[in-house]
Amino acid sequence: MGGNAINYGLLLQQMLSATFVSLELFFFTTIAAIPLGLLVTVMRMSRVKIINIPTRIYILLMRGTPLMLQLMFMYYALKPLFGIQLPRMTAAVVAYILNYAAYFCEIFRGGIEAIDNGQYEAAKVLGYTQVDTFFKIILPQVVKIILPSMSNEFITLVKDTALAQIIAVNELMKITEYWVTGSVNMTPFVIAGVFYLTMNAVVTRVFDFMEKKLSYYR
Amino acid sequence: MDVLRADNIRKTFGDTEVLRGISLRVKKGEVLAVIGPSGSGKSTLLRCITQLEKVDEGSIEISGIKFVENGVYGDSKTCRDALLCSGLVFQNFNLFPHFSVLENVMHPPVNVLKKDKEETRLLAMSLLEKMGLADKADSYPFQLSGGQKQRVSIARALAMKPDILMFDEPTSALDPELTGEILKVMRDLAKDNMTMVVVTHEMKFAREVADYVIFMENGVIIEEAKADEIFNSANERTRAFLEGYSGL
Repeated sequence: MGGNAINYGLLLQQMLSATFVSLELFFFTTIAAIPLGLLVTVMRMSRVKIINIPTRIYILLMRGTPLMLQLMFMYYALKPLFGIQLPRMTAAVVAYILNYAAYFCEIFRGGIEAIDNGQYEAAKVLGYTQVDTFFKIILPQVVKIILPSMSNEFITLVKDTALAQIIAVNELMKITEYWVTGSVNMTPFVIAGVFYLTMNAVVTRVFDFMEKKLSYYR
Repeated sequence: MDVLRADNIRKTFGDTEVLRGISLRVKKGEVLAVIGPSGSGKSTLLRCITQLEKVDEGSIEISGIKFVENGVYGDSKTCRDALLCSGLVFQNFNLFPHFSVLENVMHPPVNVLKKDKEETRLLAMSLLEKMGLADKADSYPFQLSGGQKQRVSIARALAMKPDILMFDEPTSALDPELTGEILKVMRDLAKDNMTMVVVTHEMKFAREVADYVIFMENGVIIEEAKADEIFNSANERTRAFLEGYSGL
């Protein structure tokens, strides 16, 4: 791979701890973006205009501007605008959560709208409350429908964590580039590739498992 | 005693008046068949009685609970109490696909009526037995034929112990052979004195099983009489409609 000799022990140690930072971004984002996405879905599907229209604008902003721009905004622009300076990691996590909740919302909405109206009618006639209808009848069916799309999003998120380097979060890609620049040796790129691939292999396995779990009905 | 009373029900969708002053009574143990051409408002009538649609005018009372009076609905508890006194069997079954057959029948009583789980399991199994589906208890809806699905949905409705059971064209999605299974189940229910309102195109069934028949067209009741009287009707419109059905 050319370039100077590398202290591989130190390289791997640093890349592993940077991977840990990437995983932190990943887990905080998924844990918060799923419930937030659900909430946004309810707001997006509301017939009340004061709720519906701002929600649409939020989704347009999140999906219509680069995630990199949103990361920079969260870290650099809150201070001059509102006098708030978030720490790097917090700014990154908040930006990812807001961005992914918007995408999740549209996936959830698609799933909910795919459920036949007869399911709601049957539940209503049998006397289910609206809350029970949603959580016991509709949501379990939605989960099955949206799993493939959600697995896409999760895989993308693993790779999107690399964008946090733009606000100097020491995630995997930033450390990798640092080593490549310092040593003029391309090996760290290969190692980083293997690391991302491994993470996404795990994500894929988890989703395959869940799909299999839910394949007992059609 | 009247289990169901409806007075002067009116319902409009946009510019179309679908129900134009419908009144009917169903006594305990009676079977009422509602017949008529497509678009006559039969299904809408059932959907109003089961609160899937709101009436614009008129009153409906189920088991003595008047949940709408002159177009004004009662509080949510009144509406719910009336709803729980009635059951509805859909044309398209609308079983819950993620529940097994047994869960489909057990889940509503346990979750809605807060019934004891073990007691409900026994009730559900006996209902499935009655429907000839005891061996399918652990199957999922996608593994069943249309006739079996419809029998499960009848068992699901019966598990809620309604005072009156309504059927919205229960055999229209089934081929003739499967239709027979369902009609047999409904005959048995009639023998057990289940109070029923059946919207149907099965004239033979209406004639043999129903006590009364209502013939509807364009949102009004054209004729209302005992079953054999309707099928020997002097009313020109009724005769013309019935002549469309062979084998009567």
